[in-house]
Formats: sequence, structure tokens, C-alpha cells
Amino acid sequence: MRSDREGTLEGCIDAAVEAGSPLSEVFLAREELETGRTREALWELMRTRMAIMRHSLAKGLDSPQRSRSGLIDGEAHRIQRWAEGGGSLLGAGLSRLVASAMAVAEVNACMGRIVAAPTAGSCGVLPAVLFTVADARDVSEDALVRAFFTAGGIGQVIERRATLSGAEGGCQAEVGSASAMAAGALVEMMGGDPAQVGCAVTFALGNVLGLVCDPVQGLVEIPCVKRNALGAVNAVTAAEMALAGCGSVFSSDAVIEAMGKVGRRMPEELRETARGGLAALPLKPLSSPGPAGDQAG
Amino acid sequence: MGIFDIIGPVMIGPSSSHTAGAVRIGLFAHRLLGRTPQRASIGLHGSFAATGEGHGTRLALLAGLLGLTPDDEGVPMATALAARSGLDFHFEDIDLGDVHPNSVRIRLASAGAELEVCASSTGGARIEVWSIDGFTTSLDGEFPTLLFVYPDRAGSVAVVSAILASAAINIATMKVHRTSRGGQALMAVQLDEAPSEEVLESMRHLPHFEQVRFIPALGFGG
Repeated sequence: MRSDREGTLEGCIDAAVEAGSPLSEVFLAREELETGRTREALWELMRTRMAIMRHSLAKGLDSPQRSRSGLIDGEAHRIQRWAEGGGSLLGAGLSRLVASAMAVAEVNACMGRIVAAPTAGSCGVLPAVLFTVADARDVSEDALVRAFFTAGGIGQVIERRATLSGAEGGCQAEVGSASAMAAGALVEMMGGDPAQVGCAVTFALGNVLGLVCDPVQGLVEIPCVKRNALGAVNAVTAAEMALAGCGSVFSSDAVIEAMGKVGRRMPEELRETARGGLAALPLKPLSSPGPAGDQAG
Repeated sequence: MGIFDIIGPVMIGPSSSHTAGAVRIGLFAHRLLGRTPQRASIGLHGSFAATGEGHGTRLALLAGLLGLTPDDEGVPMATALAARSGLDFHFEDIDLGDVHPNSVRIRLASAGAELEVCASSTGGARIEVWSIDGFTTSLDGEFPTLLFVYPDRAGSVAVVSAILASAAINIATMKVHRTSRGGQALMAVQLDEAPSEEVLESMRHLPHFEQVRFIPALGFGG
């Protein structure tokens, strides 16, 4: 049985603070209890999923992904090459983050193998954020695996108190939730305390409240791939705010519930039906061929 | 939902409902038939017909019929794999009436056996099989499942539950539907664990039952 307190994110945060443990510990212990699986088995399963995420990320960066519709044309690979050529505006890290989120999302769009986290449409956010920062900051394997459990636990709360479905809540429920999960997980991974994790969730989700789901031609391609980049950048931004000590005036659970409420008030045209937003616009041919000498991407 | 339902499933993209769920529907039909079919006629309804092409829904259904799981990287190559397996298939757009928008009717034939399955992909790779050979049912493929077809008669449920009880296998759900009183009946039993081959064999030898089929749990891959 799960008490109400454990069903809320703030309840889990309080439990972690009382026990003097990271938030991932609360989620891991609960998962052990509810599934009857050993901690070692859960840990290994998460490492397997992480390896699959790593694989899809590398695939999308290394080889241009092209979708059957033609709407995806190796954009992640193009950004990666452009950044390697010295194009980055704010350093290689940000470019890497953006390209990585798009890489995984493109592999998904092109019928590659991915881990839905929490959904297929938003699968690029979490691996991009956690792997890019972990690689750049030399984070331990232990802390990285723990961060994925933190992300999963935050997703569980959002699923229970709001929704993770674009058809029910728009893109805020998919990329927004992925962003909130990644933000909280990143805070724990970089040494923030459980309360700071809650703040990061609040900032990340609050920033994208109202984001609509408007897939062009009903496909998980435009704007979904670029929205994954938005979710990743937003997550790192929220985590930096929280780690710097910025506090929130809202409870994370209240913001999660607000997301659900906004989703329910969103017209059906803007919830995955491909009848509103960008999906309702006429398409024109892709404009620029990109920088000279970069025709391969 | 457990943590691995959130960080998961592992699947071939792009859509949990239009791709992963479609593979699972095909796989359910494959396992119900017990082998890869020789012929498949696949009717796509609603959103499966309208946006199925871009989501790889057809490839996904075919892949499942060939026995592939939702995380198998062979899914995008399903057309070529079907040709290699000698599976003769065709797709058509159909109207199944007032059902879930992501629905499909699959008709299979193989070495004298025929099978018709109607199912919907209900979101997050979950499925509902709502008709088997014209019998109404409701199965999600998440449990090991036994199916019995037999002439409607008193005591049929007791026979099955007695065998399961003596094997100490718990019944998660049990549903019985019949065409008419005294007509043909379909009993669908979802179990907490898979029965041993010995238990299955004893059920196949029950005189009263015309068809006894077992479908292992589909799982979510990875």
C-alpha cells in the first residue's frame, strides 16, 4: 500500500530529508517493495535501459537520420558537425545538449530503437540532459544510475497526479514532464538536496505550462524533435536555478496538478489531433541548404 | 505504474500507440495462432488507416505477425522479412464502427487453421483484444492467457478452474462469452503465472473443449 504522503512528490521529498538520504533512495526502496525485485535486479535493469539510450543517442549524432515522410533530415547530425566546426554560440556543452536531445528523438522518428522516457515522443530529453552533463562533469556511474531512478520516480508522481499523454494534456504533458523529470534528476546527480530537486521540477514544468501538442501530419517529427531540444535546455536551466539556491513559491505537487488542469482545458485541436497550432499551417519547401560544405547532413 | 513503465518501454519508434502497440497486437495474433501465418488480411480502422503509414503501423503489425517483439530492430524491415517467411499479406482500410480510433481486424490462415482477431491500441503500447473469431472478449496480453472454445454447457468453468486449482495457479481474470444459450462459448482465463506443459497437455485432452489455446504474456520488451 502507498500512503497519500508517498503519492506526492513533497511527501517523498520529506521522507528523503527525514532519512537523510537522496530522493532516489525513496523511489528505489518503494520500487523494491512494490515489485518484489531485488535492488541489484532493479539496478541492472536501469543500466540496460541506459545502455539502449546511449546507443540511440550515438546513432542519431553519428549518422544523419531521415524519416519516411522526409520531414526529418539529419538535423541532429548537422548541428553536431556545425558545433564541432566552431559554430557554437555558448560553448560546446549547450550545442551537444541540443544535438543529443534531437538525435534520440530523430532515431525514434525514423523507426529506431529507443527507451520511451516517459513517452516515445519525448524520449530525447532525459538521455540528453543526464548523459551530456555526466560526461562533461565526470559524474560517477553510481550517481548517474541513481539520477535515472529519481527521474522515474518524478514521472510516477506526474502520471498519477496529472498525465503523461499528449492526447490528454498536450506537449506540456510529454516534453514538459520529461523536462521536469530531467531537471529534478540532474539536481540530485549534481549534489543538490531533495528540496532543490522539488524546486527544479517546479521551475521546469512551470516554464512550459500550456505547451500544445501539434504534430505536423500527425507524425512524431515536427515540431516534436525540436521540442525535445527545448525540454533539455529548459531542464538544465531549471536545475541551475535550483542548484544556485533559487526557491519556489509553489509546491511541486501543486504545479504538477496545475499542468493536468491546463491540459484538461486545452481544446482538442491542440492535443495530438494534428488540427491546430503548427499542424494547421501550410508547409513550404525547406529554405536554406545550410553552411557551405555541409551538404552531407 | 512502476519506474520501468516510466523509463520504458524499450521500443521501435515512433509511436507507442501506432507502432509499439501495433506490434503487440500482431504478436498476440501470432501467439494465438501458434505460428507465423501463411496468409494475413489486415483491415485498418480509423487513425490506424489515416496516419498508419507515417507511423510504420503496417510494418509494426506485420512484424508482430512474424513473431517480433516491439523492441526488435527488425520491425522496420518487416515487409522483407514477411516475404522471406512466405507470409502473403494484404492491407485494406475498413470501418469497424464505433470502436477505438486505433483499431485493426486481422484475419489469418495457416495450414488449415483460420483465425480472426479484432484489437485496439489504447495508448502507451497497451492493447485490448476485443474479439476473437467473432466472440466478444477483453484481453490485454499482459498475463499468460488460456482460451477455450466449446459448446456452451454447465460445468465447463468448474472443469478448468479445478485443473488450475490443483496446479496451484491463481486466476487473475476469467471471462465467458457465448453466441447463444447452448451455442458456442469462448472462455478466456488470464493467469498470474504460466501453466506447465503438463497442465496444458491435460487441458488439451479434455473431451468437451474443441479448442484449447495458450498465449504467453506479451511483456513490454527490454
